[in-house]
Amino acid sequence: MNILLILAVVFGTLVLVRLANVAALASKLSGENEEAEQESANRWNSIGMISFLIIGLIVMIYMMTQYLPLTLPKAASEHGEAIDGLMKINWIVLFVTFFITQILLFTFAFKYRYNKNRRSFYFHDNNKLEAIWTIIPTIILAALITTGMKEWNDITNKSASMKGIVVQIYAKQFDFTVRYAGKDNKLGGSFFRRITDTNPLGVDSSDAATADDMVAKELVLPKGAEVQLMINSRDVIHSVYLPHFRVQMNAVPGMTTRFAFKPTITTAEMQKETGNPKFQYVMLCNKICGVAHYNMQMTVRIVEPAEYEEWLKTQSAVFPVEQAVAPAPADSAATSMAK
Amino acid sequence: MEVNPNNSMAHGAPADEHAHGHSHDHHDHDHDDNFWSKYIFSTDHKMIAKQYLNVAIFMGFLAMFMSLIFRMQLAWPDAKLPFLSDVIGKWGKDGKLDPGFYLALVTIHGTIMVFFVLTAGLSGTFSNLLIPLQLGARDMASGFLNALSFWFFALSSVIMLSSLVIESGPASCGWTIYPPLSALPQAIPGSGLGMTLWLVSMVFFIASSLLGSINYIATIINLRTKGMAMTRMPLTIWAFFITAILGVLSFPVLLAAALLLVFDRSFGTSFYLSDIFIDGAPLDHAGGSPILFQHLFWFLGHPEVYIVLLPALGLASEVISVNSRKPIFGYKAMIGSMLVIAFLSFVVWGHHMFITGMNPFLGSVFVFTTLLVAIPSAVKVFNYITTLWRGNIQFTPQILFAIGLVSTFITGGLTGIILGDSALDINIHDTYFVVAHFHIVMGSSAIFGMFAGVYHWFPKMYGRMMNKKLGYIHFWLTIIGLYGTFFPMHFLGLAGVPRRYYANTAYAGFENLININHVVSIFAIIGGLAQFIFLFNFYYSIKNGKKSSQNPWKSNTLEWTAPVEHIHGNWPGAIPEVHRWPYDYGKPGAKEDFICQTVPYSETPESNTPHDH
Repeated sequence: MNILLILAVVFGTLVLVRLANVAALASKLSGENEEAEQESANRWNSIGMISFLIIGLIVMIYMMTQYLPLTLPKAASEHGEAIDGLMKINWIVLFVTFFITQILLFTFAFKYRYNKNRRSFYFHDNNKLEAIWTIIPTIILAALITTGMKEWNDITNKSASMKGIVVQIYAKQFDFTVRYAGKDNKLGGSFFRRITDTNPLGVDSSDAATADDMVAKELVLPKGAEVQLMINSRDVIHSVYLPHFRVQMNAVPGMTTRFAFKPTITTAEMQKETGNPKFQYVMLCNKICGVAHYNMQMTVRIVEPAEYEEWLKTQSAVFPVEQAVAPAPADSAATSMAK
Repeated sequence: MEVNPNNSMAHGAPADEHAHGHSHDHHDHDHDDNFWSKYIFSTDHKMIAKQYLNVAIFMGFLAMFMSLIFRMQLAWPDAKLPFLSDVIGKWGKDGKLDPGFYLALVTIHGTIMVFFVLTAGLSGTFSNLLIPLQLGARDMASGFLNALSFWFFALSSVIMLSSLVIESGPASCGWTIYPPLSALPQAIPGSGLGMTLWLVSMVFFIASSLLGSINYIATIINLRTKGMAMTRMPLTIWAFFITAILGVLSFPVLLAAALLLVFDRSFGTSFYLSDIFIDGAPLDHAGGSPILFQHLFWFLGHPEVYIVLLPALGLASEVISVNSRKPIFGYKAMIGSMLVIAFLSFVVWGHHMFITGMNPFLGSVFVFTTLLVAIPSAVKVFNYITTLWRGNIQFTPQILFAIGLVSTFITGGLTGIILGDSALDINIHDTYFVVAHFHIVMGSSAIFGMFAGVYHWFPKMYGRMMNKKLGYIHFWLTIIGLYGTFFPMHFLGLAGVPRRYYANTAYAGFENLININHVVSIFAIIGGLAQFIFLFNFYYSIKNGKKSSQNPWKSNTLEWTAPVEHIHGNWPGAIPEVHRWPYDYGKPGAKEDFICQTVPYSETPESNTPHDH
């Protein structure tokens, strides 16, 4: 293998040297023919420009027909539909701009190749033109900014409202744990100094809110209900990424981040929608977190509300309630952490 | 355009004196130079430019080679690549790339490309070469600081490369080195000695960058020749000037961020660390915030994008104008848009952090400022296109690359509008969509600008011409390789594939995307191989290229009035005086289609317009 590699490099270099020698010799022989040579280069490269434009656009459109079906299916959450709608508007604006500018660029390059009998047009300033291409982008961007911000505010306001089923996503190298808040919809306090082998989330057993908390190794949520994710990490930064729901939020050690969303399509419905009976929603880690980063994920299931209630009953309590743990010194900090 | 009399008075006289001193003794002076003082510890800006370029080419090939290794891993995750163990030893045992080393490759590839190639390589080469030559100065304001700047850069390169060969491996937490991952060796082996070397290397790099930038700024402000008003400077110089200011204002912040990280790593402080339980034990760190690091990092990180891009845009402005034999359209608008971009670049850093848990209101502010960047960028694009319109284009390799730059700048800029919109960013943040975006808008554009610069100013650097035919082949393979690599990546992002994943086959869901990964990797290999054509052309032409004439591109700027043979002080006699702006190409009535900046209006009555006096 080594020898092959070396041979390839040596051979490649020899070919290039040969080519360059021939080229140098040819230009020496032709002498004053440099002008003719440049003329031929101008012709071929300008044709190259227009060909690149046409072939490039065709290949691009072909790729879109082939690859777009492989991208994410339609959004499975309420705000996700809004994001997808916004994305469509943006794509339209961007594609129009893309086509206009690229076509102008490569067409001009093709059209205005050198001709020694011609002078270029001495044109170096025009305030009207400058104003046009300052003002039009400004108006378009103003529209994009306002629609984008409105959507962003709607999404983040929901996360700030603290409404919905409270679920903690607890990240560590290299897995997620889910904690459901139970009947009181309140998570018991937790603190990293309480973490032991039997209490991997460092939950405070003396907190009254803890008693009905449940843990799971799978995220199951009811369709149509608002969900409030409370996201924590105990070691490095991770990111909770639920691509099908258009949900992503980092898990940061030392703080709680939140994301609220409402699933609208059950797993079973999505299996029909995609025509893939094995389809599963996933939660991925999307912030580099260590060597096994690529293998940190969890299955997500969206089910009908009744099925969710049934499933929840079968989940284990976070903590056998009898098990008492001495309160840690930083209790107040711990409780506020979970708020 | 009126020259500032104070300026020309202040500098004309001493500069001339200097000139005479040099013209008498430069002959023997050149002979006194031994190998060390001429090639290694040179204080001549032209030699320093070449030093930067050669180191950057070396580093660039290394980083490109790394990317080819991990592209092969991503496209053919199950294949055994027997040569891997030969190249990277234990990290490629049995032809399988180690997942930890995959992350190291990604990290070092990013670091080298962003800092060592596109920052130092681009600014270091062309600011050094062109600032004195295009301004009509004998050398940089301080030749010694300039040499020092290069040597800090060389030292930082050596330290960065040394981290590749240590037992625990190089830094492997991404080029953005977010703590706590970068602070805790327990979290990833690369955060041990590898990370320490990374930080030390960057400290020298930042020192190098600052010394360079201060020198560029001082030279541009003080050493312009008589008649070279700011409004007569070529756009290249404007770009280098603004870039240097960005560097001076933002790199110190990275140094601060790195220093605090060093404290957290080595001295037990808690700037970025809090509430961490790792390796079976809680850590003592309390009260820090990892988000603080991200604010500091991106306060440099975003201007950095423009530190990379602006010089490329400046070089492209010059190359497009010269080779389309037409003045750059909207000279003042070009300067204005660069200034606006530079200002905005300091108030947009938060768009890298929309989903870090930063206050959502802050997110909205950053959406607003970020999308504003599109306006000056659009102005620049339309001005380039208008410059080509009704031009008389000589297709040299450099203008091909400059046109390629405009194309990738458009393509990548447009996807930036999506990423800058926080609501849309939620689902594509940290996916391959981002990778595609910045490789097109920053990576490809900047490297195209750099190639345009190399092909254009190679005769100025080495006194010989590069082979044009190889240049054409290089360009076409490169642009096909780049678009073929990075365009399909958008689809991976839209399919929700996270970046920095060693493999996408670990679970169901992404297996149908392997075809896209094949396409991406094959084009990456084509584009990578094409660079060897450049490498060969570059070094072959240094020795064997056709001898260059003094002004091979029929250009107006001052560097082409200097003799082909390099001498200390650049011009043998008095330094040239400037009488007009640099873009009088194709002026109606003129004898030729270009008028050098040194030609006074009194000599060109046939082409003067009512505004010229």
